[in-house]
Amino acid sequence: MPLEATQRAFAGALLDPEAPVPTGVVDPEGRPAPKRFAVYRNNVTVSLIEALATAFPVVEKIVGAEFFAAMAREFVRAHPPTSPLLMFYGEAFPAFLAAFEPVKHLAYLPDMATLEQLRRRAYHARDAEPLGPEFLAAVPPETLGTLRVTLHPAAHILQSNHPILSIWEWNNAASSDQQTALPEGGEHVLITRPELDVELRRLPVGGAHFLEALQSGAALGEAAAAGAAAEGFDLTTNITGLIESRVVTDFTVDGAA
Amino acid sequence: MSNKVAATSSLAIAAAVAAALTTATVTTTPAQAAGKEKCYGVSLAGQNDCAAGPGTTCAGTSTVDYQGNAWTLVPAGTCASMDLPAGTDGSKRAGSLEALKRDLPS
Amino acid sequence: MTKHRPNTKDAIPQRAGVGLKACHYDDILDGKPDLGWFEIHAENYMGEGGMPHHVLSQIRNRYPISCHGVGLSIGSARGLDPAHLDRLKKVVQRYEPGLVSEHLAWSTHDRGFLNDLLPVPYTAETAFRVSEHIDQVQTHLGRQILLENPSTYVAFAESEMSEIAFLKEITERTGCGLLLDVNNVYVSATNQGYAPGDYLTEFPVDAVGEIHLGGHANDRDDDGRTLLIDAHDRAIAAQVWKLYEDLIGRIGPRPTLVEWDNDVPAWPVLFTEAQRADAILAKQPAGDGAKSRAA
Repeated sequence: MPLEATQRAFAGALLDPEAPVPTGVVDPEGRPAPKRFAVYRNNVTVSLIEALATAFPVVEKIVGAEFFAAMAREFVRAHPPTSPLLMFYGEAFPAFLAAFEPVKHLAYLPDMATLEQLRRRAYHARDAEPLGPEFLAAVPPETLGTLRVTLHPAAHILQSNHPILSIWEWNNAASSDQQTALPEGGEHVLITRPELDVELRRLPVGGAHFLEALQSGAALGEAAAAGAAAEGFDLTTNITGLIESRVVTDFTVDGAA
Repeated sequence: MSNKVAATSSLAIAAAVAAALTTATVTTTPAQAAGKEKCYGVSLAGQNDCAAGPGTTCAGTSTVDYQGNAWTLVPAGTCASMDLPAGTDGSKRAGSLEALKRDLPS
Repeated sequence: MTKHRPNTKDAIPQRAGVGLKACHYDDILDGKPDLGWFEIHAENYMGEGGMPHHVLSQIRNRYPISCHGVGLSIGSARGLDPAHLDRLKKVVQRYEPGLVSEHLAWSTHDRGFLNDLLPVPYTAETAFRVSEHIDQVQTHLGRQILLENPSTYVAFAESEMSEIAFLKEITERTGCGLLLDVNNVYVSATNQGYAPGDYLTEFPVDAVGEIHLGGHANDRDDDGRTLLIDAHDRAIAAQVWKLYEDLIGRIGPRPTLVEWDNDVPAWPVLFTEAQRADAILAKQPAGDGAKSRAA
């Protein structure tokens, strides 16, 4: 059999437990060897389930390990990795969770998976040196409206209709004293990595629009206008957050402003 | 954009930046301490290795699956103990204890 | 095919090394253990930045590094993924490993990356494909690589030659070296019903640039016979130590890696395993590690 056909049959049967063991896959005596082939089926399935459990620890904690493993097996069979880089495996997990009937009532679960996925993206993102507050102090005040900043390559913004960061913190609390009642309403989160550790920050009102505008290259004046579309937007609070999160790595100012 | 509008917004921005600079507190982690508490973020690190899984499991061969209408498991982690506001957690909407407690006048 | 020489700068010493695990970073950076070298799984350092590279750079400043790929799918019927080959080259350029190795296995097909080292039939066609791929990798990296013998659980009815004959053909065609995994020899020999000692006697040892040791798990096949699983989840088995000691006594010292990937133990446990390998290597007269074994 050509190698391509052998591998197509082998690969096809690995993720489909109903598929027969490919012909020609044998034991030392040349007899069909279903239990031996099952070792490969298990290796593939178990290793990918474990990779997901490692990658999505809060989702696992929320649904419990047994449920997670069963659910992850459905995901693994439907969405095996498209790349050998397992550190990023699970890109399709949030969408899968959103459509998975047995967790439909946990409406916040897909956003939690997105948050965990973005934490991994941030952890492995390109390095960049954050600028200290002095860069802002050095910009001539009259040109500040034209200031354009580069955000850290690790910076991601997640807008959730659920108190997603509070749920994340609740599940990562060191003790039950820290597990206070969860707030009403959605939370917008900045995920970034000023140095080596990933940091999560709750964004103030309009903060997601403000940062997204900056990230897409808008000037500070335009970003302030984008943020102000949200009722209760406070520019000082948002600029304070911009400084404290150390998310800015470079800037330019339009001298002709 | 007219010069007048730009000048006005520039003033507001300059004021906001000046105020932010006085209130912002920037804390940095010393390089040696970074990551240590979290064991270098093992959950975030790469997962590739060349080991085989334990052969005795049947996770890869079991045909019991969701499509097969044999899904009897229910989530049983912290989703049951988190005190989520109604509307965030659909399971709590049907008059669970937590929802009742919250609705009581204090 | 172009023959490539091994990297002799920053060469891996004829000592024991261990597989680098994130949970041991502190033990290594703070404890500065007296260990010959570390091996990385290339794919875990294919992110763009952050902690993994920060730590690996520090470790690389103090120890030689070997780079072991687990995702290139060299045994695929189809072509290699050029993007992945580029990623591997980036890791190799950045860390200048003393050795670069991959597996005689495949892992990628239509369904995607299957995250296991899947077996190949030993046929003329497979030998042609694998040789072509190794040549492509060696040309892309501009250096020799080592190919590792697999742990296998099944055989293929269509196989035309033994694993040894297959590996010999590959090394002759490509000039690649071999990574001899003694645990894999023991696992495959048990599973396939041949004597591991005979396999090692026939093995083209002149091509061996590195040795792997690791722990295996026990299972049963369809007939209730012992089926060993290459689980890397425990200490190295006594039988594997014996095979290793006999081998080193016969061929002289080679860089030897202790692998432990699942249920990873506390650092002292892993370090003790490495010291045991070091003690066996130290009994031998100094080897000829820098010379090209593929020449």
